[in-house]
Amino acid sequence: MTDTSHKSDAEIIAPKLAEKSRLRVFLDSDIFYAFRRSPVAVVSTVVVLILVLSAVFAPLVAPTNPFDPSSLNLMNGFSSPMQPNAFTGDTFLLGTDDQGRDVFSTILYGMRVSLFVGVAAVLLAMVLGITLGLISGYVGGWTETIIMRVADVQLTFPSILIAMLIFGVAKGFTPVEYRDQMAIWVLILAIGLSDWVQFARVVRGATLVEKRKEYVEAARLIGRTPFAIMLRHILPNVLSPVLVIATISLALAIIAEATLSFLGVGAPATQPSLGTLIRIGQGYLFSGEWWILLFPAVTLLMLALSVNLLGDWLRDALNPRLR
Amino acid sequence: MSDPVLSIRNLCVEIPTRAGIVRPVDSVSYDIAAGEILGVVGESGAGKSMAGNAVIGLLNPPARIASGEIWLNGKRIDTLKGDAMRRLCGKHIGMVFQDPLTSLNPLLSIGDQLTETMLTHLDISREDARKRAIAALEEVGIPGAAERIDSYPHEFSGGMRQRVVIALALCAEPSLVIADEPTTALDVSVQAQIIALLKRLCRNRGTAVMLITHDMGVIAEAADRVAVMYAGRLAELGSVRDVLTAPRHPYTHGLMASTPLASAGQPRLHQIEGAMPRLTAIPEGCPFNPRCERAADKCRQAPAPRIVDGQAACWFPRVAEEAS
Repeated sequence: MTDTSHKSDAEIIAPKLAEKSRLRVFLDSDIFYAFRRSPVAVVSTVVVLILVLSAVFAPLVAPTNPFDPSSLNLMNGFSSPMQPNAFTGDTFLLGTDDQGRDVFSTILYGMRVSLFVGVAAVLLAMVLGITLGLISGYVGGWTETIIMRVADVQLTFPSILIAMLIFGVAKGFTPVEYRDQMAIWVLILAIGLSDWVQFARVVRGATLVEKRKEYVEAARLIGRTPFAIMLRHILPNVLSPVLVIATISLALAIIAEATLSFLGVGAPATQPSLGTLIRIGQGYLFSGEWWILLFPAVTLLMLALSVNLLGDWLRDALNPRLR
Repeated sequence: MSDPVLSIRNLCVEIPTRAGIVRPVDSVSYDIAAGEILGVVGESGAGKSMAGNAVIGLLNPPARIASGEIWLNGKRIDTLKGDAMRRLCGKHIGMVFQDPLTSLNPLLSIGDQLTETMLTHLDISREDARKRAIAALEEVGIPGAAERIDSYPHEFSGGMRQRVVIALALCAEPSLVIADEPTTALDVSVQAQIIALLKRLCRNRGTAVMLITHDMGVIAEAADRVAVMYAGRLAELGSVRDVLTAPRHPYTHGLMASTPLASAGQPRLHQIEGAMPRLTAIPEGCPFNPRCERAADKCRQAPAPRIVDGQAACWFPRVAEEAS
């Protein structure tokens, strides 16, 4: 932080004002240096990037659209990976499932659902957690007591249980004909609401530290409203731990979504996520069609693991005591 | 003398604790005139910062103003609530904090922080605010202000940062600046510069200054008048020359006698026996009586007299001839 100490006087008084491009500044930063030096971080970033990009551009990458019934041929069902189908002679990279859908394509489309639900759920949890954490940390008193006790109570239940509870209740309120369409949104709501607690706790803790600092007192003194102080002065200063939690939460949210879908309460078969694919695949494991289960499972593993490793690395990199 | 900018009358601050109500500030009264620098000295816990915080309404609950009056520019401010208080204080009072490391927001450029303050209180456009921010930075002696305005606090040294804080305190043209230990966190070599800067700027603008410090040297350097505080009470109030050269209160006298002098070959510094009482156990009568050489029965029974300018809160003040 205080790099000024080892600059010469001349530099302090008349700093080099050569404009650096933003990219250059980023490439020169400590964090990018730490990143380059960590093979785990580089590899997991590459894996995450490949997976995310191929999910986002699934329609371009995938050889077939598995959810377009007109492009499916039932005769292609149960093709082994890289083996020509006995009836049609078509070859599929990762084989096909019982409906003749290309497993590689279903994984790409499934990852879209998984990632979308994961990211959206984390965003929801983040917004909720940051808001409640800021308010309880800054305002204190009864507001804080109520918010943090609710958080404590929620923390005593396994989050997957809470997600199932919310999912069940929310589904009960959705009209039957919309259930399949709404399932994704209900899933996001359920995972988001089960995950806000850690954001709130961390933000509250950091807020308690920041609000004692004199720049916050100064802002109070110049007459800024509590809202403006929280948003402009405290929030940016408590964001770096939030970034770490968000990354690790993303891995957890993807797994939570897969768990719910695997249990049959998540993404519907019309919009399968990786979890749904694994659920469908496990039915065929003992009849020899191992690829229907294995490939989605390996994809989920790679995705969750690399996001998690990235989060771990980020936590260490942002912690000055571990450098 | 014209009407004082800040006038504090019998201010009492209370904090309810388990051990009963403590009074970190008890019946304190003083005035500060325009262009005047009042030094408030005292040991840690003497109530000097607490009195300053009471003035700007930054007392953290459960501390509260129990009684007394605070007048700013002829307007009573201690009775104002929330918004009105904030608007008034922000406009008319600037604050220089102790630690320049934490009194600037690390994630906003100093220009943003200056313009934010000005836009909150002055009716000017964003471009004007920026121009004035540059002018303010030049005035406090930041070289290359026009280029440095978009720098972040971590790109400045401690002394430079404190200059920025001073610019920040003065940019909305307040009539009163409260400087709470502005040099304590700085290198000795920069302290004098900062004090001189504060003094010059405030004198030029006719801003009243409450300079809170425990450093007698800073007081001697900068202040016009001094308020010496002890255990939440005012011990002595008067012009710097009178208080420093001929202290009337035994406590002030003890303080002055324990100041090392470069010239005198003192073998051993004077020290005041004992320590300042805890706020929960302030003795009967004059709070200084257990440590006072001059204490008589009266001091143990009757609270010390209330004082006005040029007096000491003592039943048996030292007279000028006694000055050692």
